[in-house]
Amino acid sequence: MSDTTTAAKPAPESPRAPASPALATRRLPRWAPLAIAAGAIAVGCGIGAGAGFTSQIQWGLISLVLFVAGSYAITAQVEGRRQAKDRVATSLVWASFILAVIPLYSLVQTTISKGVKVLDINFLTHSMNNVLTIDPGGGVYHAIIGTLEQVGIATAIAAPLGILTAIYLVEYGKGALAKWVTFFVDVMTGVPSIVAGLFILSVWFVAFNKAPQSGFAGSLALTILMLPVVVRSTEEMLKLVPNELREASLALGIPKWRTIVKVVIPTAVGGITTGVMLAIARISGESAPIALLVFGTNIINTDPFSGPQSSLPYYIYQQYGNGNQPSYDRAWAAALVLIAFVMILNLVARGIARWKAPKYR
Amino acid sequence: MTTTAPPPTPTTPPPANAPTVTRPGDRIFAGLSRGSGIVLLVVMAAIAVFLTVRAVNAISKDHGNFLTTFEWNASANPPVFGVAVLAYGTVVSSVIAMAIAVPIAVGIALFVTHYAPRRLGGPIAYVIDLLAAVPSIIYGLWGALFLVPHLLGLNLWLNEYFGWTVIFEKENPDSAARSLFTVGILLAIMILPIITNVSREVIRQVPKMHEEAAIALGATRWEVIRLSVLPFARSGIISASMLGLGRALGETMAVATVLSASPVLSAHILDPVGGTFSQNIVAKFGEANEFGRDALIASGLVLFVITLLVNGAARIIIQRRKEYSGANA
Repeated sequence: MSDTTTAAKPAPESPRAPASPALATRRLPRWAPLAIAAGAIAVGCGIGAGAGFTSQIQWGLISLVLFVAGSYAITAQVEGRRQAKDRVATSLVWASFILAVIPLYSLVQTTISKGVKVLDINFLTHSMNNVLTIDPGGGVYHAIIGTLEQVGIATAIAAPLGILTAIYLVEYGKGALAKWVTFFVDVMTGVPSIVAGLFILSVWFVAFNKAPQSGFAGSLALTILMLPVVVRSTEEMLKLVPNELREASLALGIPKWRTIVKVVIPTAVGGITTGVMLAIARISGESAPIALLVFGTNIINTDPFSGPQSSLPYYIYQQYGNGNQPSYDRAWAAALVLIAFVMILNLVARGIARWKAPKYR
Repeated sequence: MTTTAPPPTPTTPPPANAPTVTRPGDRIFAGLSRGSGIVLLVVMAAIAVFLTVRAVNAISKDHGNFLTTFEWNASANPPVFGVAVLAYGTVVSSVIAMAIAVPIAVGIALFVTHYAPRRLGGPIAYVIDLLAAVPSIIYGLWGALFLVPHLLGLNLWLNEYFGWTVIFEKENPDSAARSLFTVGILLAIMILPIITNVSREVIRQVPKMHEEAAIALGATRWEVIRLSVLPFARSGIISASMLGLGRALGETMAVATVLSASPVLSAHILDPVGGTFSQNIVAKFGEANEFGRDALIASGLVLFVITLLVNGAARIIIQRRKEYSGANA
């Protein structure tokens, strides 16, 4: 209600408009923003060069300020204050988009250009055993094995548990318990990864009175991080299954659990797979709990239940910590491997979602 | 709704089969799924209990004041440690991140929903989704090796022209930009996707009628947004920001790689000093003895409680919104 009254207000405020018989107010031509932008950039670069600013970013910022101010002034002259405000808002929204794209583009571009330097088949198939940190060479084989095993164990625990919880929430859940579970799934999504690591650490202290040094402890922490993501996405997918399917099955006298297993889950299986894969993508990049629980090693350790392991994100952290150029090169290459792994998982997951999406009609 | 309605009132139409048949399979499956839900609650409770047990042990032997001591020498004898610097650093870096990220994220959300050409909107949203998946350690690596050297110029400029505000004063202008300010910028980039995504969803829910009504009254596009979109989406945007805040508070690796930490509490955000909870845990963990680890667990408990409060509040706001918009639809 209040919206309409305030929106209507500006109209009666400008009674001088009807003085001219023209129906439309004067408009700037379509090329006007481009012209103002070109002018702003020219003047901005002029000021930048004249004042001797070295940073190109400052030239850009000056041009941006000039563009916003200039388009406001010109539009206010020709079209009126309201249109001018609209122009400014439009340019701010575009600016925020461009501002956000720059660092994200730079991140991907830097990782790829620096990563390909040492990334080759040798890098993927060798560990860091007997490689001095200041020397080039070595690889991520041990880290890839560690990541795959830890993430695999975490998925084996979290996926069934999460899917069953989601089934409970959608198919059975009523009353206080379901409400609490829903709330804490949401809250659990926000548990920092380092806290999950500390929790498993304190469990180990209380139960075994020593610090864990195994991939398994790390995967337990990853399970905690993965669980809420799986629950949330599976829940959304199960809710999309049309009720008519359940009713048809129940009407045939089929028990509820068989209805869920044979009708509801197959209908939603594409979405559930997507959710689990996105969760896997999220936890494969976690390094904080690995740093606390798995330590890290330079040798190949295929047993996740005893002895320290490595993992891709932790490997990057370690190599960064070495603080010399060969190590930085290795860190970038490992980052490229990790980013490629996560992105491929993401793309495949979304592909499955599109391919398996329930088709109506 | 239709499936759940019949079971409570089966007595009136079919009086013959009043008790429903419960099969063992049904009971096992229901128990299994309910059990999983309970496991989840138990895990949450266990996190709180286990952390508290270890933390109480540590705090009781602290020879400093846990809340006001600056330095962190938990492995020393006697142990002296406190969270003052860590709490300050965590709050300051998160506030900087929010101040940068929230306006830009709302801008992008509006861009995707209202400004971008329709064909571009989908792909842009998709790319932003992908960016949410970039691991934090990669942001950390990029921040430390790319962002830090590139921000030095901005630091000098801020120090020269805004140094009088004390906040932007830098004690040694030539020192590397491994400061809370840089951490804040990096965190802003990291939490941008989540704030954008949630805000976008909320803005999508704005009833078309509201916008069309505003357009019909002759409102410009900005007036449509200010008068009908933003008032409706405000609470959703607030909770989106709080979810982003929760993530910024707990971020570990990106901070640990960028910040050059020291137990100094400084109002100059460009100085390379300070620390955050999670950064301190990762940095001090390697050298800590068993008691030192308990002390770190204590600081982790503080972080856990803070993020729990922030996230819980955000979720409650979202839930209220949901009920409200459900009643509207």
